[in-house]
Amino acid sequence: MDNDRIDQIIDKHQGKASSLIQVLLEIQSENHWLPKEALERVSEKLQVPLTRIRHITTFYKAFSLVPKGRHEIHICMGTACHIRGATHVLDTVQDLTGIRPGETDMDLKFSLETVNCLGCCALGPVMVVGGKYHGKIAPTEAEEALKNYE
Amino acid sequence: MGEILLQIDGREVKVEEGMTILEAAQSTGINIPTLCYHEKLEPYGACRICTVEVETGGRTNLVAACLYPVQENLVVMTRSEKVDKIRKMLLELMIAHAPEAGALQELAQEYGANKDRFEKEPSFCILCGLCVRYCAEVKKKNAVGFVDRGGRREVIFIPEIAAKECWNCKECFPLCPTEALQAGYLLTEALAFPSGNR
Amino acid sequence: MPRINSPTELEELRKSILSKRDPDRPCIAICAGTSCLALGNDRVIGAFEEEIKKQSLEAKVDIRATGCHGFCEKGPNIVIYPEEICYMEVIPEGVSDIISQTVLGKKVIDRLIYTDPNTGEKAAHQSEIPFYKNQMRHLIGNNTKVDPKSIDDYLALGGYSALSKSLFEMTPEQVLEEIKKANLRGRGGGGFPTGLKWETARNAPGEKKYVIVNAHEGEPGAFMDRALFTGNPHSVLEGLIIGAYAIGSHQGFIYTRHDTPQLRNNIVVALTQAEGYGLLGENILGSGFNFNVEVHLDIGIFVSGESSALMRSIEGKTPEPRPKYIRTAVSGIWEKPSNLNNVETWANVPQIINNGSEWYTSIGTERSKGTKLISLSGNICNTGVVEVPMGTSLREIVYDIGGGIPNGKKLKAIHFGGPLGGSIPASLLDTPLDFDELAKLGAPMGAGGMLVMDEDTNMVDVARFFLNFLTDESCGKCVPCREGIRQMLKILTNITQGKGREGDVALLEELAEVAGNASLCALGRTSSNPLLSTLYYFRDEYEGIKENG
Repeated sequence: MDNDRIDQIIDKHQGKASSLIQVLLEIQSENHWLPKEALERVSEKLQVPLTRIRHITTFYKAFSLVPKGRHEIHICMGTACHIRGATHVLDTVQDLTGIRPGETDMDLKFSLETVNCLGCCALGPVMVVGGKYHGKIAPTEAEEALKNYE
Repeated sequence: MGEILLQIDGREVKVEEGMTILEAAQSTGINIPTLCYHEKLEPYGACRICTVEVETGGRTNLVAACLYPVQENLVVMTRSEKVDKIRKMLLELMIAHAPEAGALQELAQEYGANKDRFEKEPSFCILCGLCVRYCAEVKKKNAVGFVDRGGRREVIFIPEIAAKECWNCKECFPLCPTEALQAGYLLTEALAFPSGNR
Repeated sequence: MPRINSPTELEELRKSILSKRDPDRPCIAICAGTSCLALGNDRVIGAFEEEIKKQSLEAKVDIRATGCHGFCEKGPNIVIYPEEICYMEVIPEGVSDIISQTVLGKKVIDRLIYTDPNTGEKAAHQSEIPFYKNQMRHLIGNNTKVDPKSIDDYLALGGYSALSKSLFEMTPEQVLEEIKKANLRGRGGGGFPTGLKWETARNAPGEKKYVIVNAHEGEPGAFMDRALFTGNPHSVLEGLIIGAYAIGSHQGFIYTRHDTPQLRNNIVVALTQAEGYGLLGENILGSGFNFNVEVHLDIGIFVSGESSALMRSIEGKTPEPRPKYIRTAVSGIWEKPSNLNNVETWANVPQIINNGSEWYTSIGTERSKGTKLISLSGNICNTGVVEVPMGTSLREIVYDIGGGIPNGKKLKAIHFGGPLGGSIPASLLDTPLDFDELAKLGAPMGAGGMLVMDEDTNMVDVARFFLNFLTDESCGKCVPCREGIRQMLKILTNITQGKGREGDVALLEELAEVAGNASLCALGRTSSNPLLSTLYYFRDEYEGIKENG
């Protein structure tokens, strides 16, 4: 991502320091992660100290300071999913991918994250891979589903 | 600014409006322990060791003295069974992270805190934020800041800024209640300039 | 879009919208709520569009992608107007049958309607389906009737008449008085009287004041606010504008999460449309009242729902609760008086203005008025969004609406209020839904997430789950919360792994007391609620596990 594009995003928010989170979110959503150079640019343009940017970008799991895998796996660990066995799904996925929540594998194939509640509790346990929902999923089904990704 | 009459530990005290309980107590020579408070910095309210008991309108509350504004007829108890119990446990919780810190040791003795109550997890930091806030508020350099949240919260130096600003300052070092800061700083230096050519 | 300059013009517009609508014209309302979309309802919508095109019915049949219908368990849901036939678990392959047999042939397809699992009885309308018929759907009921992206749909149902009434027939004081008389209490968790909060903000010194919609909904297991706001955004927006008028605010914020793009889109469309009609912006409806709204996106973390943390986030800072003993209604965003209410609270406002506080207070219990949205989930047959009058017993919600516990299991406990709430045992099932009654039992209602647990649930694990959640979701600023939760979690983890020690329970209680008394914000102060409630009602499980270990 080049500085021109970052500047465009910042300009869209009139360069207001209060738009910091929105600006970072937009960069993250376009680039899938936040390179150090991008953060420095944002700091300079918005006149926000790097310390605050570092705090915010580490405060939220949604931001990534390293490149993400091709397929992002989200496993819901909300209450309804929890009591319906989401932990077993997570264990299985961890075993299969060899990564823990917050991590990306060496081949940049999968990134794994847990989320607090996706708001579709009727479908619990829920796993989302690259935006595709897998509801009422059993550990073995999760394993099967992940085999389809390259 | 008007004057406010309140009671601290049974003594009638007259102080300026707008003061906090802590300032009011200090102005009359009553000691309330603090760890994250510094007179040059905005009140922060994180360590909670200054918790006191207040009574207003017949109700008692536990509040942070460094933040709570004085009010007419406020009754403050800087020590009570509840207050001591809270301070004791807060010290036990913090000592698990900074077992050697002098400031904590002293207070632990006063409040009868058991230094071994919780399993040691030395991070040498109680996250009081004095360094972070001093750097931001007084020096306006923002070379040091917090990262992460919840139980993973930490203090770090931003290498690029630290390299430029910190050598000639180091004013935050003596503020640290656990002496952790120097180690953190040196670590950053090592990380930022691994070849040591600067 | 013509700008509306007076109440008369608003009524004329409404008439003209209605005159163009044929009540007998078939319309297929397809749920595009979170659960139904996750089940692939976008494909169902696509199939309907294709089929209608194929049969050249564009001029005869409408399709409406709506917000959540409520019965998530049986999704994808559709309702076919004008007969209001409810079809469930619809798949794209069934679409052509639905068009030919029901929309055109006016016949009900038996296999697509609700079948009562106990009696085998069939039901085709909301008025007959137990899940719906035992509810009072004043807030969420319009979801099937409006396209969230169409302000005209909302106007057709009488929308913005409460705003017009407020601006032209009432003074701000009268609006405030009406809300106070209605005894509306905040739906976000605390149950604080909304009118009093408004009054504090109104009376606070300063020209600049802010009003905010809290659409953060960070409580796991709570999904009713996004169902309401995504499905009927104007109902919330209308409430917000009325509140701004009462408080004397000219700037509003809508605070929502980045991971609910549909909600955000619908809000943005609603704001644009309302502005286009002059219901928002300068000189609203020609009244001279100005009000603008900005959408603020945030990321779903639990502590950002805390009011002062939320306001710091709007300022662009890390959402850490503010350490001040001064209410945000007096000093909030940029130290200005800032009135924060959640989605559901705002949506109640137009109803109260339209129907009057007397009507409103006729619903509910003595101290909890109106209806309440509930997200029903867990070990329950009918997961979904439920709206009932306050005072409804938990038994009615679990059995009459929720259809009971699946797989022949017994009910063990009900948890309210998410990570800051509490669990009560099945023996208290006759408790009415009421802010104070539930709080008294140690299970404060919170935002309305109601988690049902069956006999297989381990209550120590439930307490551990919530503490684990909080250790990650607290900001980590103050010692009693950060370190207290860390230690409580360690002990509970040990207990659940059979490594509990003598004195664990007493230490847990002491930690809970210190976190409860000394923490900086409400999150820390109530962080041990789930632990304390399970210790109180299910103490034998703590001690039992310890003995086993």
